[in-house]
Amino acid sequence: MWLDQVLQGVLLGGYYALIACGLSFMFGILRIVNLAHGSIAVLSAYLVWVVAEQLKISPFLALIAVLPVMAAAGWLLQRTVLERSLRSGALTPLLSTFGLAVVIDNVLFQRFGADTRSLAPDIGDLAFNSWDVPGGGSVGQLALITFGVAVALLVGLQLFLNRTPLGRAIRATSEDPDTAELVGIDSRNVYAAASAIALVTVAIAGTFLAMRATFDPYTGPTQLIFAFEAVVIGGTGSLWGTLIGGIVLGVAQNLGSQINGQGFLIAGHAVFFVVLAARFLMAGRSPRTLLRALRGASA
Amino acid sequence: MTDAKALAVTRWTRVSITAVAALGGLLLVLAFGPAFLGADLTDRLTTLFIYVILAAMWNALAGYGGLVSIGQQAFFGLGAYAAIRLSNAGVEVYLALVLAPLIVGLLSLPLSSFALRLRGGEFAIGMWVFAELAHLLVNLDTLIQGETGTSLIAISGFAPDARRAFNYWLALAVMTVVVAAVFFLLRSRTGAAIQAIRDNEEAAASVGVRVMATKRLIFVLAAVGCAAAGALQLATLITFQPKTYFSVQWTAYMIFMTLVGGLGTFEGPILGAIIFFAVETLFGSSGVWYLIGLGGSALLFSLFLPRGIWGALSSRFGIQLMPVGYRLASPSRARKPGSAG
Repeated sequence: MWLDQVLQGVLLGGYYALIACGLSFMFGILRIVNLAHGSIAVLSAYLVWVVAEQLKISPFLALIAVLPVMAAAGWLLQRTVLERSLRSGALTPLLSTFGLAVVIDNVLFQRFGADTRSLAPDIGDLAFNSWDVPGGGSVGQLALITFGVAVALLVGLQLFLNRTPLGRAIRATSEDPDTAELVGIDSRNVYAAASAIALVTVAIAGTFLAMRATFDPYTGPTQLIFAFEAVVIGGTGSLWGTLIGGIVLGVAQNLGSQINGQGFLIAGHAVFFVVLAARFLMAGRSPRTLLRALRGASA
Repeated sequence: MTDAKALAVTRWTRVSITAVAALGGLLLVLAFGPAFLGADLTDRLTTLFIYVILAAMWNALAGYGGLVSIGQQAFFGLGAYAAIRLSNAGVEVYLALVLAPLIVGLLSLPLSSFALRLRGGEFAIGMWVFAELAHLLVNLDTLIQGETGTSLIAISGFAPDARRAFNYWLALAVMTVVVAAVFFLLRSRTGAAIQAIRDNEEAAASVGVRVMATKRLIFVLAAVGCAAAGALQLATLITFQPKTYFSVQWTAYMIFMTLVGGLGTFEGPILGAIIFFAVETLFGSSGVWYLIGLGGSALLFSLFLPRGIWGALSSRFGIQLMPVGYRLASPSRARKPGSAG
């Protein structure tokens, strides 16, 4: 019973890692905490839902059509909002992306109303089929696929950053945009490309959100909070930490739900604060140095 | 080269003396409000006072402390909740409304040593997580009955007219106290520290500013202020449904008011609260478009006018109504605006 809950929690953690991926990537590269992250995921979920319903195609195919749209949106987001925000100080991106989140949520409400939607009916058996686990219990096929996609995406991003010319350009620009310019890198374009990549991962996460559960126009903020908790629990700026953070969050939530009806959310938030407190205590009296080390000395 | 002897640092100008006198006069007139305003206008002004409190508190945090919090609804909700609890325990209802924010202030002390270690975006969403957790824990209280909520029953013991006038006076008093607190804080030695932290935290620390203590002061002040606003909201609504008090919408309103009025200016949030009040009165019934407008304005102001309407006006014309900064004045030249604001 408890073991099964832990297993389900680990799989749920895969989804959290998936939704946290874009947030973590954007924070690591652009040093921006994008408060519209959850709302953009829900926006992608609606786009996939509309395409799948209109063309009567599988959500997976619809996602392929939506990916370039979200990549373009990411490019635009960087060029129109984030770039300008960053110029006027470290706090401005928080304000502008929060404003953007309010706009996205309410435009979605205006367009789609308060009804909850789901892509689960569009994926047939996949929504509820499961495999038996030796020793009792079972794992949902969709949950396992989600976990696999999260791992693949994290590995893919890591390889991309380490091995490809664009990945190297992104890392160089993130370290020091002025020096990167000196060696012929167009930092504006590189940042815009990084933002486009982040939104591609957000679109994937939004689609899995829509397949595994229901969503409505105001689902975004909750997804932002879960993603953020996964990133912070795992250690800011590390893609692998994000997977571990997601798993810790998922396991805590599932165990919490066994104790009390609201225990799912309470345990999730509680584990977030416990991990933070532990980190502060371990760092002794200079938590700032630790945070700075975690972020790679962003100053 | 300017002759140093010809220059003098002043705090008061003719404009600011006039403005402070006018403000004092206005407050005096407002104190007699319930006698001549009529029921509807009295209620509306009570709401405006609550908005001014919220805007001033969020501005103190973000504009002066450099702390962008998306979780101030935590204190708003806890203020109302504490008032319910105190009243339920037999405390006289208006005393409960006054004590509740102070209790929340005490609670914010231990929280501050934790939260203030978070930086930037981590602080912003960390506070949001705290608000969510506070909401869930309040829901567990059997007195509240989850999302069903409860009422501040004891306040119904007052006749509607008396209740309206008491709420109005309490809101006016709290608004005056918190705005005055920000004013005296900015004029004090701490004010210089606060502005140094806002401009550059590392540099401020290096010249001996006690960054943590100063930030904690602002954090606790903002907690008390937002809790008082929550308690006042409860006094006017009477009902307590956790969802409506712990909604992130409240922080969205605070951000809108502060950004539009002028982040990091003393007068800006007051102007922003008046603008928000007017916008809500005119468009509040148009539902979702109104919210899109609020979010869109916050987005555009943060991008194109980060110091808001007041910030733009005061740097364009060098006006500062409230004497919170220092001005360099020379008898022979025009007065220059102070750098602090």
